[in-house]
Amino acid sequence: MAKNDLIGGSLWEQYSEKVSERMNNPRHFGELTEDDAKAMNGRLIIANEGAESCGDTVRLFWIVGNDDEVIKAAKFKSFGCGTAIASTDMMAEMCIGKTVEEATKITNLDVERALRDTEDQAAVPPQKMHCSVMAYEVIKQATAIYRNVDVATLQEKDIVCECARVSLQMVEDAIRINNLTTIEEITAYTKAGAFCKSCIEPGGHEKRSIYLVDILARVRAEMERAENPEGVAEDDFAAFSIVKQIKLIEAALDQYVRPALAGDGGGLELDDVRLADDGLIYVHIKYQGSCKGCAGSTAGTRSFVQKSLQGTVSDKLRVVVE
Amino acid sequence: MDRIYLDNNATTIVDPQVREAMDPFYCQMYGNPNSLHSFGIEVRPHLHRAMEQLYTGIGAGDDDDIIVNSCATEGNNTVITGMYFSLLKDTRKKRVVTTQLEHPCIREACRFLERQGVKVTYLAPDRQGMITAQMVKEAISDKTALVSVMWANNETGIVLPIKEIAQVCKEAGVYCHTDAVQAIGKVPVNLQEVPVDYLTFSAHKFHGPKGVGGLFVRKGAMLPPLLHGGEQMGGHRAGTVDVAGLVGMGKAMEIAVDSLEFENTEVRRLRDKLEDALLQIDDVMSVGQRSLRTPNTLYVSVRGVEGEAFIWDLNQNGIAASTGSACASESLEASPILMAIGADKELAHTGVRLSLSRFTTEQEIDRTIEVIKHAVVRLRQMSTAY
Repeated sequence: MAKNDLIGGSLWEQYSEKVSERMNNPRHFGELTEDDAKAMNGRLIIANEGAESCGDTVRLFWIVGNDDEVIKAAKFKSFGCGTAIASTDMMAEMCIGKTVEEATKITNLDVERALRDTEDQAAVPPQKMHCSVMAYEVIKQATAIYRNVDVATLQEKDIVCECARVSLQMVEDAIRINNLTTIEEITAYTKAGAFCKSCIEPGGHEKRSIYLVDILARVRAEMERAENPEGVAEDDFAAFSIVKQIKLIEAALDQYVRPALAGDGGGLELDDVRLADDGLIYVHIKYQGSCKGCAGSTAGTRSFVQKSLQGTVSDKLRVVVE
Repeated sequence: MDRIYLDNNATTIVDPQVREAMDPFYCQMYGNPNSLHSFGIEVRPHLHRAMEQLYTGIGAGDDDDIIVNSCATEGNNTVITGMYFSLLKDTRKKRVVTTQLEHPCIREACRFLERQGVKVTYLAPDRQGMITAQMVKEAISDKTALVSVMWANNETGIVLPIKEIAQVCKEAGVYCHTDAVQAIGKVPVNLQEVPVDYLTFSAHKFHGPKGVGGLFVRKGAMLPPLLHGGEQMGGHRAGTVDVAGLVGMGKAMEIAVDSLEFENTEVRRLRDKLEDALLQIDDVMSVGQRSLRTPNTLYVSVRGVEGEAFIWDLNQNGIAASTGSACASESLEASPILMAIGADKELAHTGVRLSLSRFTTEQEIDRTIEVIKHAVVRLRQMSTAY
């Protein structure tokens, strides 16, 4: 919080002129037909993309030249907000004249950059960056249809943050090279989590397969073990008797977790420790005091407890709240 | 282009008569009403008059309190957190009942209570967006300390049966609070007939100034102050009273109550005219039965047209409205109220609220109808979903 944040910004105030202009007068909305394709000596491609959680859908039409794989015409339709319409319009424009191969390389970041009025002023506020992701995904979809391949083969692997297009590898490298310890630092270094924030931890706008909090916990644990081989190694931990395991977990809870929770008037007790078939060890906990019944407990506190246990005992531990 | 303001559930224009009433208290009668000298003394009759207007406006008894504060958010927080310190914290009463329809200031204050170990029940409305006295009755137990249910909903305008709910609470010996922000000036609010213990309101929702509000506390209901450190408001709310604000709120209340008949006939007629015209368009629906709503509010869903895009087009034409669409919120979350009503997914992305006031004119409504018709055609042409 600071001077510029206290009076919150209006979403629309933060749209660039280009975004407003394209929202008012999109240049490429409409449809293309088989007749159009014939007239242009090309092939008609129609791709649909929709992010259910956002309620936005987009349909992209391409006519791809039969001889040269060049996109001769592009149009779109969209059920979406201003940002979705403006970014899809810009994306369609950027496709025209490019080969399919070239168009496939366009990302939502390129689209956002093209919508800027000036070099260093973002075209849309951070949380609306999310709305441009679909413009990127629909290109992949169109290419997959054109080449008759599964769209998954075209998608970048292990993207953690869709808005800023940050991969798992980029996040891990940033943590290791710069010795990062917080989510804020990861965001500062990689931009992951800077926009719609869904990728930070469970419970955000969109459900993700992997979250920054878990990546950070795992990489930190790996780094600490590398620095301190004397500590408890994960294989050792799994081999310990259940009594020893409980003692180690209790000790870690006492040292790292309970003091932090007590600061907020809360606490927790260890309820059970169970070894699952997948080799993971599930630590069942119950909240006490102010943690109990707190809506934030499920996501925030659980991830804090898990992170602490993974970092100090074993990264095979998973925390379950009773 | 003349602009048209149809977002009166967010805030309202200050009535010129209200501004006129406030004006002398900035550069002429600027004394602190607590001062002993003539500058203080000359202000006091005007405050008494404003209090009289407030008491009359909501039918408060002479032995009841109306604590003047900054807004309903402050009043609501005072009631919820005050209830924690006076009752929930140290007695066996450990429960609060509220609804999923409430304003965030109630919802978040209740979340705060939950973190202190209080159990809060958030009643879900039925498909009409209604909370019934029976639902409240069933949720109350012998451990319940407080029931908090809004008088009218800000998004849908649906008026809840607060009289019956308050009676249920009275019979059960449970304190009853209502957030009446959307009710004052839209429907009659008479506390002689409605036995709530606490009621909150904000002046800027009924053509008064922003930054001033009121908290009614019935005689005998307990409430520790939120702000300590002064004898103002009988020690219930420290801080120098916003003199001009209070005078303005009193005047605004008086006019609002005098205008209730106009609200119920003329504002309602214009709202219905707008609603009828919009329902003529294919695949447009409105939320909540008309007879159950405040006369000024209309919540419509236009199939295939995303809410933010819709109000964008209205704004381009100088018309102000608001949307509960997920895409228009800071958090990208759909309106919890529409989710609570169990609206289908699409409604959560297409809902647009148009709220009129006694300053809305027939010409404005006619132009709005034309603009909306054009916007719907344009946006549906672009839409994949239509």
